[in-house]
Amino acid sequence: MIIGSASVVIQIALDSIAYGSLFALMALGLALLFGVMGLMNFAYGELIMAGGFTMFYTRSWGWVAMLVMTIVVVTVLSLLMELIAFRPVRRAAPVVLLITSFAVSYFLEALGWMTVGTGPQKGVEPYPWLDHQFDISGVRLSRLTIVIWVVTLVLVVGMTLLLKRTALGIQLRASTEDFRMAQLVGVRANWVISAAFGITGLLASAVAVLYVLRIGPAIAPDIGQGPLIIAFVGAVIGGLGSLAGAALGGFVLGAMINALQATLPASGDLVLNNHTLVFAYLAVIAILVFQPDGLVSLRAGGLARLWKRWRPKRAVAERASA
Amino acid sequence: MSLEVNDGELVGLVGHNGAGKSTTLWTITGVLRPSSGDITLDGRSIVGLPPDAILRRGIALVPENRRIFGRLTVGENLKIGTSARRDRRTAEADIKKMCERFEALGQFFDRRGSTLSGGEQQQLAIARAVLARPKLLLLDEPTLGLAPLIVGRVFEILQELKEEGVTILLVEQNAARTIEVADRTYVMRSGGRIEFHGTAEELTRIGDFEAAYIGMTIEDEA
Repeated sequence: MIIGSASVVIQIALDSIAYGSLFALMALGLALLFGVMGLMNFAYGELIMAGGFTMFYTRSWGWVAMLVMTIVVVTVLSLLMELIAFRPVRRAAPVVLLITSFAVSYFLEALGWMTVGTGPQKGVEPYPWLDHQFDISGVRLSRLTIVIWVVTLVLVVGMTLLLKRTALGIQLRASTEDFRMAQLVGVRANWVISAAFGITGLLASAVAVLYVLRIGPAIAPDIGQGPLIIAFVGAVIGGLGSLAGAALGGFVLGAMINALQATLPASGDLVLNNHTLVFAYLAVIAILVFQPDGLVSLRAGGLARLWKRWRPKRAVAERASA
Repeated sequence: MSLEVNDGELVGLVGHNGAGKSTTLWTITGVLRPSSGDITLDGRSIVGLPPDAILRRGIALVPENRRIFGRLTVGENLKIGTSARRDRRTAEADIKKMCERFEALGQFFDRRGSTLSGGEQQQLAIARAVLARPKLLLLDEPTLGLAPLIVGRVFEILQELKEEGVTILLVEQNAARTIEVADRTYVMRSGGRIEFHGTAEELTRIGDFEAAYIGMTIEDEA
């Protein structure tokens, strides 16, 4: 019985880690754009839509071609968004950027309904190879779950190396902290913002592929809206001022939603399973009440403040006497 | 207003709070656009160019309050100062030289910029700007908020840079120290008008300047 309960908990934890990983990647992309140009890009969801439909139309080309096409289409769309919609209003007030992102989002979604969204339900059939499940002491682990872990890990490590070890990474981090000053030390605004949109597009293409494969054969033009809101809220609770914080927030919220879906009663007198988001957002409110700047808002010194609040008094006294 | 800085000069720009000194620097660096008139570097207009393009033309700024990148390490702050340069090898060598010149930067090379003291951050901000190898270095109140000893060191650094041939436009509240180190000083009054202009000798001969700026500075320091 204990082994049975433990395997259920492990099962839920493993699934939640995979689900949360998708939102960590999304939140990372959102936070990157927010940091570099103060843009909360609500059109990010439409990148997921574009990825989903590209997968649908290229599904017969073989999985390698499908992947390559999805990455290319989503990344190019992200770059075009910047070039056509956001570059002309770059110096405008934040509210103008926000409204522009809503306009781009609604335009692309409406375009989706007008064109690819018509006709019978579209979708990508699950790949049998990915659906294969391993049974380890009662814990079922699909190849897709492992693929999601690995892709997330590779992308997060890749992003970390890019941000820490390359000149572009240093420029991106500097721009995230103080864009105006970055320009004044010679960082090319067009280049660094295009790079941020390119990276965001790349992350969105990975999310699109993994998300579509996970949710199964149902792609619609509003496919990106739900995940976008979760990633956005996750990025806020993590702390939009920090890329790591935003990714952590996305992960925590995504994993929490998955865990709630798996554990809340789905039958009986009190059916709560359909209302997962109520509980998830209640937790979000609680987090923001106690940590309004986010879990890891380095800009606002969130971690430092937490540490100051909780560190042993002896250490404080030693530091004061030093 | 009309202001000119010749090659190799250290020119001061002093004036009361709100006179428009910082606005002048933000306009030169392309952050603000002049409502009229022209700004030229080596005879070519730079009006309308973005800040990064103006840096590439040869004008670097050490802004008020340093504005170093606190989340980047000291080394990364220095590296980003060379963003506009194409000569990567000499840029690396210059970073090493800068760390020898400013010992604190070498000592705390891998530390976050935010952990440095005010004086060390100012050294970092100056080093970052100098690493761009500018033709003209603009400094906006580099001694603001620093301890008197450190203020002295900042003025020494400026003197050293001038001797190395760096052309400098220095905006300062500290009029007495500024006219000491500057070849010429412009005195700005509210609304961006140049009230006085001249060498230290010429300015100290003007009674109004002495009373309004030098007296004020001594009082402030006391």
